[in-house]
This record gives sequence, C-alpha cells and structure tokens, in this order.
Amino acid sequence: MSDSTYRVQEEELIRGDIAGYLKRHETKDLLRLLTCGSVDDGKSTLIGRLLYDSHMIYEDQLEKVMKDSKVYGTTDESFDPALLTDGLKAEREQGITIDVAYRYFSTDKRKFIIADCPGHEQYTRNMATGASNCNLAVILIDARYGVINQTKRHSFICSLLGIKHVIIAVNKMDLVDWSEKRYEQIKDDYDAFVSRLNFSDIHFIPMSALKGDNVVARSQNLVWYEGPTFLSHLESVNISTDRNLIDMRFPVQYVLRPNLDFRGFSGTLASGVIRVSDAVASLPSRQESKIKAIYGPDGEIAEAFSPMAITVTLEDEIDVSRGNMLVPVKNIPRISNEFESMVVWMHEEKAEVGRSYLIKHATSMVPGVLSSVRYKVDVNTMTRHKQEAVLQDDTANVLELNEIGRCHITLHRSISFDPYERNRATGAFIFVDRLTNVTVGAGMILDRVVSKAKNAGPVSKNIVKNDSLVSDEDRHQLLNQKGATLWLTGLSGSGKSTIALHLERELIDMGHACTILDGDNVRHGLNRDLGFSAEDRTENIRRIAEVAHLFNDAGIIVISAFISPYIKDRQQARQVIADGFIEVFVDTPIEVCEERDPKGLYKKARAGEIPEFTGVTAPYEAPESPELTLAAAETPVEVLVDSVIEKLRKEGVIG
Amino acid sequence: MSGYNLSHLKQLEAESIHIFREVAAEFTNPVMLYSIGKDSSVMLYLAHKAFAPGKIPFPLMHVDTQWKFKEMYSFRTLMAEKYQVNVKVWINPEGKDISNPFLHGSEKHTQVMKTDGLKQALDHYRFDAVFGGARRDEEKSRAKERVYSFRNKFHQWDPKNQRPELWNLYNAKINKGESIRVFPLSNWTEIDIWLYLLREEIPIVPLYFAAERPVVQREGTLIMIDDDRMPLRVGETPMMKKVRFRTLGCYPLTGAIESNAETVEEIVQEMLLTTTSERQGRIIDGDNSSMEDKKKDGYF
Ligand SMILES: Nc1nc2c(ncn2[C@@H]2O[C@H](COP(=O)(O)OP(=O)(O)O)[C@@H](O)[C@H]2O)c(=O)[nH]1
Repeated sequence: MSDSTYRVQEEELIRGDIAGYLKRHETKDLLRLLTCGSVDDGKSTLIGRLLYDSHMIYEDQLEKVMKDSKVYGTTDESFDPALLTDGLKAEREQGITIDVAYRYFSTDKRKFIIADCPGHEQYTRNMATGASNCNLAVILIDARYGVINQTKRHSFICSLLGIKHVIIAVNKMDLVDWSEKRYEQIKDDYDAFVSRLNFSDIHFIPMSALKGDNVVARSQNLVWYEGPTFLSHLESVNISTDRNLIDMRFPVQYVLRPNLDFRGFSGTLASGVIRVSDAVASLPSRQESKIKAIYGPDGEIAEAFSPMAITVTLEDEIDVSRGNMLVPVKNIPRISNEFESMVVWMHEEKAEVGRSYLIKHATSMVPGVLSSVRYKVDVNTMTRHKQEAVLQDDTANVLELNEIGRCHITLHRSISFDPYERNRATGAFIFVDRLTNVTVGAGMILDRVVSKAKNAGPVSKNIVKNDSLVSDEDRHQLLNQKGATLWLTGLSGSGKSTIALHLERELIDMGHACTILDGDNVRHGLNRDLGFSAEDRTENIRRIAEVAHLFNDAGIIVISAFISPYIKDRQQARQVIADGFIEVFVDTPIEVCEERDPKGLYKKARAGEIPEFTGVTAPYEAPESPELTLAAAETPVEVLVDSVIEKLRKEGVIG
Repeated sequence: MSGYNLSHLKQLEAESIHIFREVAAEFTNPVMLYSIGKDSSVMLYLAHKAFAPGKIPFPLMHVDTQWKFKEMYSFRTLMAEKYQVNVKVWINPEGKDISNPFLHGSEKHTQVMKTDGLKQALDHYRFDAVFGGARRDEEKSRAKERVYSFRNKFHQWDPKNQRPELWNLYNAKINKGESIRVFPLSNWTEIDIWLYLLREEIPIVPLYFAAERPVVQREGTLIMIDDDRMPLRVGETPMMKKVRFRTLGCYPLTGAIESNAETVEEIVQEMLLTTTSERQGRIIDGDNSSMEDKKKDGYF
C-alpha cells in the first residue's frame, strides 16, 4: 500500500467513525526502539520518513521543512525528511548538546518511542542510555560501505544491554543500483560475526530512506525482496515474550500509610505475576507473609503483572520499607553484597578500583566499591583485554569514559538481585559519584556466582592472611592426626550418608576429631540462599570446600557427603582443600539407587516434579581417578568403612 | 502467557506513577507546578492514582500571572477541593497588579510574571523537586530532555551537564539549593493525553471545548475578551464566534481557533484532520528567543 492511500484510509476512518477509531488506538501496544548508525548512514532521513508517512508531522512544521529544504537540504528531492528530526545537528554545530533524543510516532497498531542517538565519540554512553529501555534496535548500514567496525560496535552494545530484536536496515540501495548481490553480501558479512552475540531475532531489510523504498511503502525497485517493509515489520514484531513473567519481583518503592488501618507497599512490578494470597518473603529480612490485597491504578484487583504500578497489603505486620523486595517464598533471587557485572563507564573522570560510589539498584541506594576490573572489552573487535594485575597496580585498574569492562562490585550491605540476562529490572544498576552526584556509570549483573577461590582476591587491601604462631606440626602432635577431607561423591541414594555416619562413629570411637558436612547442615544455614541451578550448585560446592579447608587447617577430619555431580566443581574443591583432599567415589548403579529411593525423590523427578535432578534430568559426571572407589551396592557398610580407614592410614592422616 | 499485556496508555500511566512515587520517596520537599491546562489535569490525576487511597503527599503550586482566563481560576478551586490538595499560589510581588501584557508586551509580561515569578517561588519555598507537565513531543529541543532534569542553585538548566538516564533508575542526588525538574509525562504525546482524558473521563477546563465566545481578530489570531482589562484597537469589533482553545495561558496571549468540537472525541477528530501543530496558538513561541533559551533561563 502506498503511503498516500494509507493516509486516505486513515482519514476516512477518522471522519466516519471517530469513536471506533479512538477505541482501537486506545488499546494498541507500545514498542520502544533504538536507531543506530554512523554519521550519514541516513538515520535522520529514515526517522523523518517514518514520521512523515505516519501522520505525525503537522502541516505548519512541514511547511517550515519545505522552506528549509530549499536552504539547507542536502538532497535534490523536493523535501529532505532528515530536517524533520535534525534538531540535533543544528545544535551540534552550535556546540550544544550531543545526546539521546526521543521521537514519537504511532500507527493504529502500535505506538513507537524511538531513542535516537547521534553517532560519534560519545557513542557508547549514548547508545547504552538509549538501549536501556528498548526492545528493538535498528542498525543502519550504508549499502555502499557494508558492515564496518561501527556496525559491530553498535551490535555489541545492543546485545550487552539486553536487546533481543534487531533490524538491519541496509540503506541507500538506490546508490548501489538496487543490487540484490550487494545486499546478500552484506547479509552474509553480518551473519558471520553476529553469531557471537545474544540476539534472538534478526531481520534484514533493503531500503532507500530518502526515496521511501521499503520504509512504509513497498519498493518497486527492490522486487526481489519478499519480506515485510520496515514499518510493517515494526508493527508486527512480537515482543510480548521479552518480559520475564516467571520470577515475581516487587521492589518496594514507597510505604503508603494514609491512616492507621491501611499499610500499603507501593511499587512497580519488576517482573512476574502477583496474586492475592500468594506467600511472599520480604528481602533481605526473609520475613514471610501473604498478599492480602492488590490495588492497581483502577482499583482493587486479584492479580497484577509486570510492568504494572501497584500497591499491596499484607496479612501480617512484618517489617517492610523502601529498598526491600517482595518475592515468592519459593523463588528467591540472589542476596549478596557482591556481584560480577559488565560496566559501561559514562564520565570523563575514570572509574578506579578501590573507589567508593553510590550504587542505585531497583529502589535501593547503597554505597559500594569497585573492587576489581577483570578485563576490558574492545568494542571494535569485541575482544577482551585482561587486566594484568588486580589490586597491585592501581593504574592498570581503571575504566575510562565509554569503556566497557567486567567488574566486581562490593557493597556495604546486601541487596537482592537477578542476573540482567534473566531480569533487566533487578539486574541493572547505576553508579553515582559521591562528590558530584553525577551518574557516572551503568552496570549489568552477570550470571556468575562470585567465586573467591579464583577470583580477584581479597576485596580490601587490608585483608592478608595472618601468620599463625601455631604450626601444622603443633596441631598434629596435639590431635594425633592430620586435617583431611574425605570427599564422598555419588548419586542420590548411593549410600553416601550411611557411609558417612558409620565412618564418623568409627573415627570418634578411635579417638579422632571429625565432623560431617552434608546437605542437611549446609543447605539450611550457610547456603540457604542457593538453589539447584548449575551455577548455584557450583557455588554450593565452593563454599563447602572453603569450610572443609578451614576445618582441615584446624586439624579436623571432614567427611563431606554431597552428590557434587560436576568434575570441574570437584576439581575446584581439590584446589581449595589442596593436600588433604581425598576423593571417594561411592559407585552405586543408578538402577540400584532408584530402587532404594529412600526419600522418594527419583519418583518425583521422573514425574517431572523436581527440575534438574541428578541422574534423571541433570548429568552426573563420575570421577576419572578418585583416590578410592567404593562398590557400595554389593558391600556391607562395615567393610566399606574399614577400607576408608585403611586409606586414611596410608595417606598418613591417622596413625 | 497472553493476556498479561498492557496497552500503551496503561504503560505510560504505570511509568508516570512510578516517577511520582520515586520522587515522593527520595526528595524532602517536592511540589507540582500546576498550570490548570489539560496536561496539568492529567498530571494531577496520575499523582492522585499514585498515592490512592492516600492523599497526594506534596502541594501544588500555581505561578499566577493574574491574566489567566476566569474559567481557569474557578477550575483551580474546584480541583483543589476534588483532590484535597494544598494549592499554593504565587504572584510575583514586583509585577503584581502592574504587569500588563497589553501595555508591556508578551515577552516582558511572561518574563516577569512567569519566569521570574517561578524562580522567586522556588527560592521562597526551597523545593527540591518540581514536577512539570512538559512532554518531549512538544518541541524539538525537548526531545532530549531527561525525566529528571537537573537545575543548579540559580534554577538554570545546563544542556551540557545533564545526567545520563538509564532504565528507570533515576538519580535524585543533589546538593543543597539545587533542584530537579521532574517530567512524569515525558513519553506522552498530544494524542496520548487526549486518549487518556477520554478513557479516564478526567475533567478539564471547559475552554477546551467549542462554544460561542466574544472574540476579536488581532494580528491573524482570535483573542477572547475575557474581561474589561482588554483595550480595543481602532477598527476592532467584538464578535461572537464558536471557538475553542488548544492551549491555555494568559488570555491576551492565547489564540482561539474556530471549531465545532464540543467533546473530546470531536476535538481529536478535528486535530487529526486539520494537521496544524498544537503550539501554534501560543503567541509566545513567535517571540525571538527559542525555547532552549527560555529553558536555560528557568522557564518550563
Ligand atoms: N541516495 C540516498 N541518500 C540517502 C539515503 N538515506 C539518506 N541519504 C542521504 O545521506 C545523507 C545523510 O543522511 P542523514 O539522515 O542526515 O544521516 P544521519 O547522520 O545518519 O542522520 C543525507 O544527505 C541524506 O539525504 C538513501 O536511502 N539514499
């Protein structure tokens, strides 16, 4: 449909049935997009074309543009669409602002908000700003030049900021003779590098923004292209699945106390769905209650979903204030005072390791320290530059304006967060300078549990290991044993706990100091913030290894009884515990385990009630060369215990 | 998962409510500038929703030029009662009962009563956050305005020195004497405002709807004779015409347009079909200084 018939049809609707017309416009949805391109790729022209062809330009503005076109226009055409949006260019010449500008237009299907960032020095900062709220990015390519470094840079930043949908607008096709071959080549070039990025949907459109080909109206010159036009793609791209509707997160913004009988908690649902009588916990206190009522903008409702702005009341009088987060009792985000993140630096004053900033995350503002820069990303080549020294050499540990780095942040107190990839609203944060109050950086929390073992090292320069006045030999003499960890690994139901219990009894009877670490005593205390995802399991094991190591240092024998299914995690435990690490493989075939099924877990797992259950829906990686293998299926437990004691003797742990 | 979708209006509404709550939580002394126009009506209505069933936890302020339409003053009183809010009225004492747009011209009158008046009021009450109803679609220079716009202690806006704004993480940190102008309607467009007024049945000043009103034709615009302070020029004869106003300001500075639109639907219908941009009726824009200069100076 040509743009003029489109307009005529609109006009008829408006004239004939205004009420119906408005009703349709009232219920349409919203798409936020970002346009990126190098200077002169045709960004302003494209946006101007969209605004013009979709009704958003009023006649007096247009008259002015027609006049301006004669004076400033860079084209021979009767009017230059770029002048409709080029407030920025004029300002740039006057040295005023170089920044993100927002444009609005709508069709009867959607309202669009365009974040328009001019391309040059401040690019990274502006793009990150513009992209932070967008669902979709339009990346312009000048068909004459094809994929250039800037194209890659823009794509990388869009991907970093979590944009899932991309349109590659191959513009100025009129200048390459509308060549399909040229277009296909650009497409191949782009496909070749984009596989490294995180987009879920990439769409290529050949066009001429200046002449209007494939922008709103279908091109007569690009007949070989069979896909949708730019506008019709914008109107139809499905963004409803971009939101996280699974993990309910409600950061409390404001406590509403209009009278003594009403105590409401107001805020915007960051993600998920909340319903009356849901069991919720307030973080970080973990006090629990139930949702009593939910008030939306139009009154009381039974359920609400992200991004609604609501107020809830609770059944119980628990302590909740701004900065707290209400979450489902059974789906708790990470709670920690430190995290790994990707950081975009936005200020001339560089970010320095060891420096303290105010960190705003959801509704809390907490002082925190940039504790390390692990590496920087070269946005042009998308390669990492490792930081040689961490903390030793402060000058190497800076992020300059427009640089992107992987950083470790340590806060003065804990916050509740999710990885940015899973949840934009609870994974994003900004840095505020404590002296100037300016927003100096932005960060996205990564899906990595902070692992201190191989991590940057101590957070504060003041932490060094104390030189003890007691030697290992001193302890050896006192306890008549060496510290060691018997690391039992095996499937659920393989017999680890039974062996551990008998072993502990036997060792104590023999006069040896020992203790058991198992799921029961660790998961309820030390590791109660962890779930069963691969990452959480890794962190679970890391912490256990650290605890075992401390016990060993004190001369105590540790019997650890965890499934610990991953080779790399056990390897890490071996590294942490070092000398005293004895890996014991409790080798019971899965059929036997499943038959025993002491806690009924296999049954549930088979029924799909337990996600990620080792041996059923998650892998178990058997040890390749354990210090000891116990064939637990066919051997009595006393015999197994004896063989372990024998091993301890051989290793010189006990006499 | 379908069904969990918000229309664009409901998303804009949620975003605005979020901003109101954020400001109320993080600032100690916020105020809402209330101009009595349709955007102010929407802003007030949203603020009310943000804190219901409680009351709006900050006052409104009207910087009065003494030359608004009579119907605007009565509407102001009506709204104060309806929403049970405290409306502070500020009239620049230096121009009070003196400033006269007919005698001193629009530029001077606006400077004294509006721009200077606003600064005085802000200094007087020491507000640290000031809500304004400006939208980004109104004017090219506003397209890049932040939701939180930082002002130094002289209330000046420095375009070079605005803070990056990401996600919905607004930076409320300021030093004493500085302030933030907050624009909760930033992402709304003219048509969104009308659609929302219609959907939510929000009251607006009747001057927006067409009615027979006494006007004179002056320099290509229709000016309404709202009271007897208006001197007639030679050759001018008052006439009754069916007119409405697209924006409301001081009556001598606000042009009317001839129209038959008596309902919100009809206004939108006219708006979409006539295609002349909204601010044309506001004489002040014809002045030499650009909006950007005015803003640097502290005008909204
Ligand atoms: N021939 C041709 N020229 C174009 C096209 N799109 C933009 N231009 C021209 O390229 C130049 C830069 O365009 P502009 O929109 O200002 O680029 P921006 O810097 O990305 O905003 C202008 O002279 C435009 O007229 C196109 O599709 N074909």
